[in-house]
Amino acid sequence: MKKLIIILLVLCSSSAIAAGGGIPLQSATIDLGNKASLQRGAKYFVNYCLSCHSAKQLRYSRMGEDLAISPELVELNLMFTGEKIFDGMTIAMRAKDAEKWFGVNPPDLSLTARSRGADWLYTYLKSFYIDESRPFGVNNALFPSVGMPHVLADLQGLQRAVYKDVESDDGTVRTVIDKLVIAEPGRMNEKEFDAAMNDLVNFMTYMGEPAKMERERLGGKVLFFIFIMLIIFYFLKKEYWKDIH
Amino acid sequence: MSGVLKNALNWVDDRFPLSKVWNEHLAEYYAPKNFNWMYYFGSLAILVLINQIITGIFLTIHYKPDAQLAFDSVEYIMRDVDWGWLIRYMHSTGASAFFIVVYLHMFRGLVYGSFKKPRELVWTFGMIIYVALMAEAFMGYLLPWGQMSYWGAQVIVSLFGAIPYVGEDLALWLRGDYVISDATLNRFFAFHVIAIPLVLVILVFMHIVALHAVGSNNPEGIEIKKHKDENGVPLDGIPFHPYYSVKDLVGVAVFLFIFALIIFYMPEMGGYFLEHANFVPADPLKTPDHIAPVWYFTPFYAILRAVPDKFLGVVAMGGAIFVLFLLPWLDRGINKSIRYRGPIFKAAIIAFVISFIGLGYFGMQPVTTVGTIFSRLFSIIYFAFFLLMPFYSKIGEAKNVPERVESK
Repeated sequence: MKKLIIILLVLCSSSAIAAGGGIPLQSATIDLGNKASLQRGAKYFVNYCLSCHSAKQLRYSRMGEDLAISPELVELNLMFTGEKIFDGMTIAMRAKDAEKWFGVNPPDLSLTARSRGADWLYTYLKSFYIDESRPFGVNNALFPSVGMPHVLADLQGLQRAVYKDVESDDGTVRTVIDKLVIAEPGRMNEKEFDAAMNDLVNFMTYMGEPAKMERERLGGKVLFFIFIMLIIFYFLKKEYWKDIH
Repeated sequence: MSGVLKNALNWVDDRFPLSKVWNEHLAEYYAPKNFNWMYYFGSLAILVLINQIITGIFLTIHYKPDAQLAFDSVEYIMRDVDWGWLIRYMHSTGASAFFIVVYLHMFRGLVYGSFKKPRELVWTFGMIIYVALMAEAFMGYLLPWGQMSYWGAQVIVSLFGAIPYVGEDLALWLRGDYVISDATLNRFFAFHVIAIPLVLVILVFMHIVALHAVGSNNPEGIEIKKHKDENGVPLDGIPFHPYYSVKDLVGVAVFLFIFALIIFYMPEMGGYFLEHANFVPADPLKTPDHIAPVWYFTPFYAILRAVPDKFLGVVAMGGAIFVLFLLPWLDRGINKSIRYRGPIFKAAIIAFVISFIGLGYFGMQPVTTVGTIFSRLFSIIYFAFFLLMPFYSKIGEAKNVPERVESK
């Protein structure tokens, strides 16, 4: 049994999410208890993502409840396109138009934090750099040749890639991205932008599984109850078995 | 018992063998007194089966078996249905828990010789349950209609296409279409919610009836029925109820603790219980980079990939499961329990366990040269363990197997 648990733990510690591009993932701090961070994340999401990407699985009303934002404030500050508060976060852009404009239909983001992982999203959002060969003038170090423009450029500014040569085992030399540096500053400095992206990813993690808040709150009570049950059953068994030798 | 209740019981007993069944299978079913912790997994398997059936019924109430609606209906359960997330996680975690419990249950049978005469049919029914369980899990995994659901099913069903002459037609017949589609989803739903569960319940019934006819084995591998008192009660046996019913409650509580820990704090289990790619809706036009079945199938998937030829790979994979059925007739040892078997048999068990876990690991990974070499090595050990068993299983057995179960 012990062996099995160890094996399971070892298996689970190695993340099963494929990294995609060649750069290492940076880790985001996920804290669904931090309401202020989630509220800021919601603000960035509706302002920067929701014009092209939908999040149809999340209802505005649910978001308001979970993030402690009143329905009036949700309607005033977070809804722009005349939906009802019980609607999911859909967009007006038609899939056919999107394909014409971007080459792909921007995916629904409801579950992206669950399929890609928070760290992937965080790294992705920070990895746009100037590349004049691309239609929108930018590329992404984590997701090369992605169809998405750098919508957060007014916050982050524009980054430039610094390259380096690496020699692989067979002696061939490849040029890879070493790091990204700010070429044109935006409205935020690096620290502010990192914090903003962390808020956004935190919100997207919430969005992927709103029940996560509830289950983690409830889990302790359930485990406590089962533990008490275990103690009672243990002594019950001992009592019944005291004559068996 | 009060008079009214006693009369009521008598009334029922005259018309239905209630007391008789209760006594034969619980109150007067004598089990060896020396069961250890490995004997919890049988009752736990029943617990998980009940969990799967009850949570499954609730999921069926809200789920839509339609390629257009299935994915969103699962998210609807996760978000809008009251306690839907809990029901869904109990079901998805239950699937993996079922296999963990059943693998340990089978391992217990393997090391204590519970498959040996006179329990060959107990093992055979158990093996059919295992195969039915694999079919149940495989079809259930298609229902969320995520990328891994879709492409996993595509890969596995296409394996049938490797069978000469009839393969392609067989795969077409199974899918009901040329690719995995709405037609496939509908029929898999039918099999998952009624056909296979029904078979499973009947098989579990037969498994228990067969067991209770011959009696339970134990860690010593001693037949307790050889020594009975004047009333025909085995001297080393104790009534299942209340002794093992209260003891199994302890196992149930420990199991539920671990089960709840996973449900509430790590329902995806790092991508092993719920694969990350399955949170992307099925897209028939976009093949994922890496298609891996859920962990409980990976040992057999690794054997499939270890064989260079597709058809022979399918044969090897099927053979790996089939050879388990033959276990009672491959083992020629006299003693049942590992405690009184020879050193070669013990070493073979260890090599087998390492191979099985190793195959499970490499079955999850993308194909690499090293992975393929190890998969081939482990596959050879896996088959050698069974096919050479008639030759090595008898060597070096202990002569002094005790007659009676020693008191602790």
